[in-house]
Amino acid sequence: MTINTSRRGFLQGAAASGAALYIGATANGAMAASGSADAMLNNFVKIGADGRAIAICKHVEFGQGSATGLTTLIAEELGVTMEQIDYEFAPSNPAIYNNLLFGPFQGTGGSTAIANSFPQYRNAGAAAREMLISAAAKEWGVEASALDIVEGMVTGAGKSAPMGEFVAAAAEMEVPAEPRLRDASEWKLIGNAQTRRLDSPAKVNGTAMFAMDVQLDNQMVVMVRRTPQRGGTVVSFDDSASKEVKGFIMAQALPTGHGVAVYAENTWAAMQARNALEVEWDLSAAETRSSAEIKDEIMAALNTEPTYNVNKADRAAVKSSVDGAAQVIEKTFYFPLLAHAPMEPLNCTIEQTADGDIVLHDGAQMPTGPHMAYQQIFELPAEKIQIKSMLAGGSFGRRATPDADYQVEAGLAFIMTDRSRPVKLVWDREDDIRGGYYRPAAGHKVRVGLDENGTIVGWDHQVAGQSIMKGTAFESFAVHDGIDHSTVEGIADSPYTIPGQALGLTDTEKATSVLWWRSVGHTHTAYVMEVMMDLAAKAAGKDPVDFRLDYLAAEGDAARKAGVLKLAAEKAGWGNPAAGRAQGIAVHKSFGSYVAIVAEISGNNDDGIVIEKITAAVDCGIAVNPDTVVAQLEGAVGYGIGHAMRDQITLDGGAVEQSNFPDYEPLRISDIKAIETHIVASAEAPTGMGEPGTPPSAPALANAIASLLDSSDMLAELPMAEAGVYFA
Amino acid sequence: MSITLKLNGKTHEVDAEPGTPLLWVIRDELKLTGTKFGCGVASCGACTVHLNGEPVRSCQTFIEDVEDAEVTTIEKMEEDKVGAAVQQAWMELDVVQCGYCQSGQIMNAVGLLKENAKPSAEEIDEAMYGNACRCATYQRIRAGVQRAAEILEA
Ligand code: FES
Ligand code: FES
Repeated sequence: MTINTSRRGFLQGAAASGAALYIGATANGAMAASGSADAMLNNFVKIGADGRAIAICKHVEFGQGSATGLTTLIAEELGVTMEQIDYEFAPSNPAIYNNLLFGPFQGTGGSTAIANSFPQYRNAGAAAREMLISAAAKEWGVEASALDIVEGMVTGAGKSAPMGEFVAAAAEMEVPAEPRLRDASEWKLIGNAQTRRLDSPAKVNGTAMFAMDVQLDNQMVVMVRRTPQRGGTVVSFDDSASKEVKGFIMAQALPTGHGVAVYAENTWAAMQARNALEVEWDLSAAETRSSAEIKDEIMAALNTEPTYNVNKADRAAVKSSVDGAAQVIEKTFYFPLLAHAPMEPLNCTIEQTADGDIVLHDGAQMPTGPHMAYQQIFELPAEKIQIKSMLAGGSFGRRATPDADYQVEAGLAFIMTDRSRPVKLVWDREDDIRGGYYRPAAGHKVRVGLDENGTIVGWDHQVAGQSIMKGTAFESFAVHDGIDHSTVEGIADSPYTIPGQALGLTDTEKATSVLWWRSVGHTHTAYVMEVMMDLAAKAAGKDPVDFRLDYLAAEGDAARKAGVLKLAAEKAGWGNPAAGRAQGIAVHKSFGSYVAIVAEISGNNDDGIVIEKITAAVDCGIAVNPDTVVAQLEGAVGYGIGHAMRDQITLDGGAVEQSNFPDYEPLRISDIKAIETHIVASAEAPTGMGEPGTPPSAPALANAIASLLDSSDMLAELPMAEAGVYFA
Repeated sequence: MSITLKLNGKTHEVDAEPGTPLLWVIRDELKLTGTKFGCGVASCGACTVHLNGEPVRSCQTFIEDVEDAEVTTIEKMEEDKVGAAVQQAWMELDVVQCGYCQSGQIMNAVGLLKENAKPSAEEIDEAMYGNACRCATYQRIRAGVQRAAEILEA
């Protein structure tokens, strides 16, 4: 199987009809031999004269399966098998390849790849099918309505021929605006659990091309020594020790002053030379706070009247119903900074063509970001900048910063050269862990009042933390009436109907750069909601599943949430754990999808706790690739649980204390013994799947631990290991 | 210094300073990019290669120590009976997500299966412990090793 990445093709002009000619290029950029010209039937579907189809993917592939998913949609509508189609990444062009949920912005995030593309990609596949069919009908002199494409063959009216025969004629046609979409009853690929990932073969034999694998002729490798504390600037540097390193080329302070770029002939030389550099920093304006101070500020904010009354509740009334309740459950939570630590450290490669175009090779999560930034840095119009999207080795949010941080760094390193040699910017793991952009620290204080029947009569919830969106280009998009929704999502929009709920928010100062991290605000809001639900159920003397169901209405959103809750409970044998084991449950809606998790654990806090089994139920609407849904669930659970168990980023005098995996320990294979996932059959439009498994995973584990140890004392602060939970 | 390196059955003369990690010779000098850099401190396994058939972390294996040794990378696994079985199992189960750790996972799994043809879940967990996967594909890695053992047994 051939895996096409953008290295193998580029847009050559763009015909106004939408039938632009796409010309294959070899890996080194030379034109392929004539006769290999492929026809672009529309912006998303290209077909070679050999009849192979190619889906043009507008979303980054960083493990979530978007390339396979988008290609599945095209293949289904077009009428080809998954073996008859390849994929390529789209060029950067927000007018065509924007995320339909982001406006005129090309990018991947918020678990929207399939959700925003479902109608668009089906339409594109169907339009291509109708064009090919029209061409065949014309040639055969039959009605188009009598024809279909089945496994790549135009078939009907007693005839059958490979669709490749009609590509040239089809490419001349208008793209139909409203092609007929196949009915769900006709689907062979959408919802087919047997579909395999298109990127598996290249990822198991070492040929998959990540941005880190770009090796351009004569390239230099740049590594940057960055300020140890946010806001520090370079006063001077001494590169005499760097000069001793064989392969060292030069060192130059970045124009921003935030670091010194070290240029070398190869990666190892760049690492050594960078590490040998002596830099004197001006830290007078730099961040100096420690994690303890950040925490104190957040905790203090929880005890003052919040700045924002998020749900416009009558706060005094809620407070008085809680105060007057038969039982009050109160808990204060703290969540530390977290790093994303994608497996492939950040990197990108930049070069200038003979025509003066700037080309960026990048596992680009939001191509529009660097595309815009480079127009400023290089003072070039948009069309003189090309972004070649590569496979990305994970992201979890990190490859999408509002200021395109690492791509800008590469651009600045490049502009300081004569541009005759490509520049590959490489971060190492220490750069990654220390290089800023963290899941913000947050605190919650919740007081829940129950009446004598154990029914909730008031829920007073305060959140304090560092806003992700404020002060960024996304502020107008995500902040309304001063409220950064990403800090309170998962509470403010929860499908639970909670009587007498007040939700207050106070922003605290950012002591470091903060960023969305797989599932964003839900990383902490789901934890608090679901741990509190369990505590309230326990106080009410009710089963945690039954108790939650009392606050979930029988229709709509709430019914779907109740559906996964019941399914997970049923499949996990809720209430009947094996001897010596305890269970915990949590359910949460995020990114349009509903996930319930049952965690079953064994052991004790002296010999160690073992996570025996995770049972998950998910409702994400139509599961385009069910096995990818299962895989994303498994991965998202691991991501949520691994960090909750033992990870945090701490600052000492403004500097990050952790540096690499030994002190930011990833989840390991032995941490979770088994995960079982169940998908709710659904005809609803597809919703997110990259993130929704993360939010309920940690609270399910916390609730299981509370049950096993008969105490929730150690669960108010993460990571659990720091709070005294001992994992085997 | 000039070093003779036997890699994937071929002999290469490479010019590298003593102390250069094998990883960077493989990636930057020989341009074989299937072997990945993840941490540089032997704590993730993304850089795993075989040295005389044994999995080692190439980021902490120095070039002067591999002269005369036989180095094998992911690019050669298709020709290895165990390697091909692991790759087949990985594709059947779609183990990969981002894929960046998977060359290392596969090299380590092949090493395990050559030592132990039928490892239990516990033995797999123990042998694969040092191979981090930030996408958390661990369930499928465990199942993939077991499936590869089955393929080899057949
Ligand atoms: S790069 Fe060698 S173990 Fe991580
Ligand atoms: S598949 Fe992404 S790190 Fe393992």
